[in-house]
Amino acid sequence: MTTQQAKPALQTGQMSAVAIDDNFNDLHPAFSTLQAMAESNRCLYCYDAPCVTACPTSIDIPSFIRKISTQNPDGAAKTILSANIMGGTCARACPTEVLCEQACVRNVAEDEAVEIGSLQRYAVDHLMARNLPHPFKRAAVTGKKIAVVGAGPAGLSCAHRAAMLGHDVTVFEAKAKPGGLNEYGLAAYKMTNDFAQREVEFLLGIGGIEIEYGKVLGRDVTLGALRDQFDAVFVGVGLGATNNLGLPGEEAGGVDDAIGFIENLRQSVDKSAMPVGKSVVVIGGGNTAIDAAVQAKRLGAEDVTLVYRRGPQNMSATEFEQELAKINGVIVRYWAKPVAIKANGRLMGMVFEKTALDASGKLVGTGETFEIKTDQVLKAIGQKIKTDDLAGMEITGGKIVVDDKYQTTAAGIFAGGDCIKSGEDLTVQSVEDGKCAAIAIDAFLKTA
Amino acid sequence: MADLSCKIAGIESLNPFWLASAPPTDKKYNVVRAFQAGWAGVVWKTLGIDPPVINVSSRYGAHHDQNRRLLGINNIELISDRPLAVNLQEIRECRAEWPDHVIIGSMMAPIEERVWKDLAQQIAESGVHGIELNLGCPHGMCERGMGSAIGQVPELVEQVTRWVKEAVDIPVFTKLTPNITNILWSAEAALKGGADAVSLINTVNSIVSVDLDQMVPEPMVDGKGTHGGYCGSAVKPIALNMVAEIARTPETQALEISGIGGITTWKDAAEFMALGANAVQVCTAAMIYGFRVVDDLIDGMSQWMDDQGYASVEQFTRKAVPQVADWNELNMNFDTKAVIDPDKCIECGRCHIACEDTSHQAIAMNAKPEGGKEFVVIDEECVGCNLCYHICPVPDCITMEPVKTDKPYMSWPQHPLNPMRDAAE
Repeated sequence: MTTQQAKPALQTGQMSAVAIDDNFNDLHPAFSTLQAMAESNRCLYCYDAPCVTACPTSIDIPSFIRKISTQNPDGAAKTILSANIMGGTCARACPTEVLCEQACVRNVAEDEAVEIGSLQRYAVDHLMARNLPHPFKRAAVTGKKIAVVGAGPAGLSCAHRAAMLGHDVTVFEAKAKPGGLNEYGLAAYKMTNDFAQREVEFLLGIGGIEIEYGKVLGRDVTLGALRDQFDAVFVGVGLGATNNLGLPGEEAGGVDDAIGFIENLRQSVDKSAMPVGKSVVVIGGGNTAIDAAVQAKRLGAEDVTLVYRRGPQNMSATEFEQELAKINGVIVRYWAKPVAIKANGRLMGMVFEKTALDASGKLVGTGETFEIKTDQVLKAIGQKIKTDDLAGMEITGGKIVVDDKYQTTAAGIFAGGDCIKSGEDLTVQSVEDGKCAAIAIDAFLKTA
Repeated sequence: MADLSCKIAGIESLNPFWLASAPPTDKKYNVVRAFQAGWAGVVWKTLGIDPPVINVSSRYGAHHDQNRRLLGINNIELISDRPLAVNLQEIRECRAEWPDHVIIGSMMAPIEERVWKDLAQQIAESGVHGIELNLGCPHGMCERGMGSAIGQVPELVEQVTRWVKEAVDIPVFTKLTPNITNILWSAEAALKGGADAVSLINTVNSIVSVDLDQMVPEPMVDGKGTHGGYCGSAVKPIALNMVAEIARTPETQALEISGIGGITTWKDAAEFMALGANAVQVCTAAMIYGFRVVDDLIDGMSQWMDDQGYASVEQFTRKAVPQVADWNELNMNFDTKAVIDPDKCIECGRCHIACEDTSHQAIAMNAKPEGGKEFVVIDEECVGCNLCYHICPVPDCITMEPVKTDKPYMSWPQHPLNPMRDAAE
């Protein structure tokens, strides 16, 4: 499989441009002032509130909601951003139903959490719309220089906090735009109106941060050189590689990474020109799989089938996301794994084997197979770290090893975000990692 | 179904719910709509001598909660700004068309005997069931020597009440202002003047809010604001106390009372009546929601009366009055403690922080082994203040349970630690 086959063109224009635009509007429309008033008044202003504990960035949620209710939305935004500088993205993209809102005491009282995510978006959007001076001030400049590799949520969060602590930061980003998965990976209907770029622009308002684009680790910069030129280095490279099915024909046209599909969609100016299969098969059980399936459907695919090798309770996609797939008409098939790709010059179908748990609880094929006709397969079976350029630091289980100060095994090099093992691969966790790593780097620089 | 009819100052009413003298009773159109909705009576908007007053534009300020629910309205509107003859003609028509419904004529005038008597007679001739003397309006009219300018001086209260009693042979209600130091002085004055009943409270003098952009009190009239009359549910506690004081004081308890002040629900009305009101008047609730609120007043009160076994409103009127005491009569040996029901608790922590920061550090917040928190009252520290019970968002989660004790009743005057204790005790 050394020769790259020309990919057969997938269709466009299966749905009108107007309908597609409508499909990619906000999944959750922004709160009006009236909605924010009513919802903020549902908050009981708990003491030692469980929602705060449930937030990876420990935003003081009762305080910010109270500020919304007293008509101080900009103060609310500052409360949010002081704990989470990407509070705007997190308000849009966080699986709040398994984080803050899951912990809300209103669930106990009346089975209906306060809509914390929507309130957070209301406050942050209010502040950002006013174009006020950046709300945080830098400490006296220390003269220390920090290199950050990767302008994703972890890297930018680290850069912002480090700049706030008085250090000068240079961010090296492989792609042409900042934001990482906020810009390239989140579903389009969660990040409307170019929000990822607006947020980065806002974040850079602190000053003291330079971003160099098109700088690929290993090609244009190396960790060794950065460590020599800077006082400390933060690695927030995320997971740059994807897992393969390991089936013959996988490199042939029509079998794509879901991540790449979403990236193309996010970067397409005219979504109606974005090609999509007529019968799309998505393989995987995470939020990326759901994002790919729902967006394929909203682009006009006639059938979208999501196939997962285990049951719904095993999916890493949240219940909300699974429900979203269903109400968007995605067919979900559990307990089946891909075993063969059928092609005849172009992709024709995908063969799956049914799976089950054996007596020992191990997932096994049952021998029974079925075929789904498809002209586009999107693989969402996980991403992995690109290890080639991380020489000198220990990597275990596909993640960079860090101590409780985010320090890798290479002196002076810190890491955070999806490339370390800090829980779920969530934007909010990456922001927390970046923030805490900056504080750790600051302490390191003071003692170094 | 319970009988809601009642009698006040000798006037029979289909139910105890009248609309108070205010914008909702300014003209026939409104009054007819009120009667259609189920109100048993109205006190017509206050009439004065011609020429009619001129009102300003921008008249109401508001006290909202954070959810924009109106807790109180403050108004700077004056008395009826329509010619007296027009008002009297409409009163005549309403009386003729709605013979079973009560119309009381509200009036005010400068402090001159002839003016009071002439106006009272003209109003009486229109066929009203009674006359209410507006001695309470705390804005505008008081600057002309009327309204609260009269109501704040007991001698004048007695004087005008007597003038009107001498001029007409229908019941006279003296309406009292709360903007005084002691409601009993004006109540007693009204009694001496011969009032058949007192109506209270009129509005409370107030500034309700400030426009912080323009730095002007609201409501704003061309860049300036003035103090106005405050009403609505926020004033109910002030009114309830004044009603109770009149009803329980030997010198004034003979007065019949038309209770007014923030009555919004049937429960509010029942509370006023239990503390001394023979009937009630409502304004703000109707201004916020429309005349239809009377439906719940009627329905809620009859439902409650049926549940309690009250066949008529007289059976519960003034029933709580004997239980209103001076602080010095309270039992110092009574003890009550908060009890938190862990099954109802939603773990908001509000009781803990309120007690910890502002009271007696009597609610412990403990981590539960299985996760979450439990809140436990420390009996030795709990003084039974009720704060946690009131702030808990869950009904019946925190209850106040009296502690069983063998100690006898002991008032403060009897208490051994009272340095002023009567030696005879």
